Amino acid sequence: MKEILSGNEAIARGAYEAGVKVACAYPGTPSTEILENTTRYQEIDSSWATNEKVALEVGIGASFVGARSLVTMKHVGVNVAADPLFTLSYTGVNGGLLLICADDPELHSSQNEQDSRNYAKFAKIPMLEPADSQECLEFTKLAYEISERHDTPVMLRTTTRISHSKSVVTLGERVATVAEPKLARNAAKFVMLPGNARGRHYVVEDRITTLSKEGCSMPINRMELRDKKIGVITAGISYQHVREALPEASVLKLGMVHPLPFDLIREFASKVDKLYVVEELDAFIEDQVKAIGIPVTGKEIISLCGELTPGRVRKAFGLPENAQGTAEKLPGRPPNMCPGCPHRGVFYTLKQLNAYVSGDIGCYTLGFMPPLSAMDTCVCMGASIGMATGAAKVLSPEERKKVVAVIGDSTFLHTGVNGLMDMVYNKGAATVIILDNRITAMTGRQENPGSGHTLMNEPTNAIDFPMLCKAIGVKNIRTINPLDLDECRKVISEEMERPETSVIITDKPCVLIKKEGVFTPGKPLAVVEDSCTGCRACLKIGCPAIEWVPSSGKKGKAKIDPLLCNGCDVCRQLCKFSAIQEAK
Amino acid sequence: MSDKITNILLVGVGGQGILLAAEILSETFMLAGFDVKKSEIHGMSQRGGSVVSHVRYGKEVFSPMVPEGEGDILFGFELMESYRYLPLLKPGGTVIVNDLCIAPPAVLLGQEPYPEGLELKIQELCPDCLLVDGQNLAIQAGNARAANTVLLGAVSKRLDIEEKFWLEAIEKMVPKKALAVNLKAFALGRSLG
Ligand code: SF4
Ligand code: SF4
Repeated sequence: MKEILSGNEAIARGAYEAGVKVACAYPGTPSTEILENTTRYQEIDSSWATNEKVALEVGIGASFVGARSLVTMKHVGVNVAADPLFTLSYTGVNGGLLLICADDPELHSSQNEQDSRNYAKFAKIPMLEPADSQECLEFTKLAYEISERHDTPVMLRTTTRISHSKSVVTLGERVATVAEPKLARNAAKFVMLPGNARGRHYVVEDRITTLSKEGCSMPINRMELRDKKIGVITAGISYQHVREALPEASVLKLGMVHPLPFDLIREFASKVDKLYVVEELDAFIEDQVKAIGIPVTGKEIISLCGELTPGRVRKAFGLPENAQGTAEKLPGRPPNMCPGCPHRGVFYTLKQLNAYVSGDIGCYTLGFMPPLSAMDTCVCMGASIGMATGAAKVLSPEERKKVVAVIGDSTFLHTGVNGLMDMVYNKGAATVIILDNRITAMTGRQENPGSGHTLMNEPTNAIDFPMLCKAIGVKNIRTINPLDLDECRKVISEEMERPETSVIITDKPCVLIKKEGVFTPGKPLAVVEDSCTGCRACLKIGCPAIEWVPSSGKKGKAKIDPLLCNGCDVCRQLCKFSAIQEAK
Repeated sequence: MSDKITNILLVGVGGQGILLAAEILSETFMLAGFDVKKSEIHGMSQRGGSVVSHVRYGKEVFSPMVPEGEGDILFGFELMESYRYLPLLKPGGTVIVNDLCIAPPAVLLGQEPYPEGLELKIQELCPDCLLVDGQNLAIQAGNARAANTVLLGAVSKRLDIEEKFWLEAIEKMVPKKALAVNLKAFALGRSLG
């Protein structure tokens, strides 16, 4: 049967067909939909973990007792999971284990552009790289064979344009016999004490040598000989752009990007006049080809930064570009927090109090955008609290008061909680605001341990944030309604004054939660034209439902779009002239 | 089947139903027997940001992205976004655009005006331009939110694909309870093309 699937959907399907029993992840664009799609198969136990390290550990546990397991994450997630990953390379597996890492060249929604192929080399693990959805499905199945045959975890790398592009896929059946997991004790292999690990290191090195040789005859590494003047070594999405931009060129298409099939590369190089490597981000293939003494052109013509497009490949090869001159400068259209978003009032207050906001990763990172402009730092998941501790350590007592860490519920549970333990333990004196909107909102509303539901949509235990903070040892814990500006101002300014750790927890849900009874919109508000003086106070919160109409009245007036307004009431509290009221 | 690849760009604002329209397009082309690729960016762009989706079909499609300046049809859900992405279109390409303005943040805040006369500017640059009153036609069909299907109907007239494949794709992708309205919206759009 044929279907149009995204790379992520095809990987989920491939895992199902391969007989995977356990799938685990922390959501992260562009990898998120893989796990959302494994839930379509009852045979797979799919779950969200608190972070990528835990997700991998769950996968390892299942593998060690014989089940095939799937673990997925975005590129920066691999940084979190790196600790177990490197040792997993030594233990090897029992049931096949596949780690998907989704890179984001061009940083469509990420904080950096790192190239995960380096992790495969660093951890000495084979890595496959599919070039379309059909290959996503096939390579996923192949990965489990390689994993079990070579006793190794396998990584499969996608990039945004593979994860989120759709193409036609032919589906297969699930493998008929999936071995039942059972306890398998093999301490020499699975207990990595120095004495055991030393021996395993040789196994790891041999495996890479063997795989490099085997790669030369793997059908996924293939030479496509056409015109011999130009030969291009490429992989993944870059292959598609090369075929598009240079249809006549000969291509060595690599399906396994680590280890490289060096003999095959030598053979290909001998068949073409001039050799190129076309790859996104790092000179990963290029450097290794050069290291075996084969001259090749790569990063001289293709940037180390950003993703490739057919046009960028054309340009690199000096072909005429088709793009016409760009249109005049238009107002930008950056993303914005939703109308009625519970974060808005908190950021407005922080700005009013001139706080130094140590930020984190999530929808609330948009608090950085004008007019709120209330975020001073943002580095990686869970870092806000630790960074606030650091800043508070060195600032004068007066400036220290300004330091406030903000962090979402999911991010707090991901790695923020460790930072809070440290802050309390080391007597850090900053204010921490947990923006609990009951969901992992940024990546598309995924459940988390605080939300009360599992990925499979079963009701479950929910973390009690105040109790958790209490257990950690926080003495000052307060819960606020983030839509009440007076309350926000009062509570936040009081806690900022305190010379010790305080935690403030907000308790209003994300407006996008569709589950019944979680978010109920209020009645839409409207601007009473006659009362609006044009003071612009309501514009300071940047709600997309409020529009400034310059032509109205002498100075202009505000207007609320009743279709967009979620009735959160925050703008009404800002209007000194009572011009904002319930719409009639 | 010729080797020609048809390149379609869907542009607009996050939340306008662009992703669903692109799904329906792709499904239609697959049902009609073509190779199809589709590409877009999720994540941040869903929260009111600028969105562009690429759909390409033909005998064999390689890159999922429309090469710059090679778009055959630009299918716009909002005026300013349509104007922004015009450089992706080939000279002489077709524009089918919803007659709708959605103010971006700087305009909402009164810092910048929404550019004026975009309809004319687009028509000047692309003579083959169809302006569709998507909102009103959608209301006529029974739901203001079906504007994307109205536009799909208009686009369908420009592509050499049998109507039955369009209808089959809509039936497959649109939730049951919204189907009747969407089929009506599609027919209204198709009558314009
Ligand atoms: S998705 Fe939820 S949390 Fe994110 S901006 Fe919208 S309302 Fe706020
Ligand atoms: S009440 Fe005001 S701030 Fe809240 S969603 Fe409506 S317009 Fe926006």
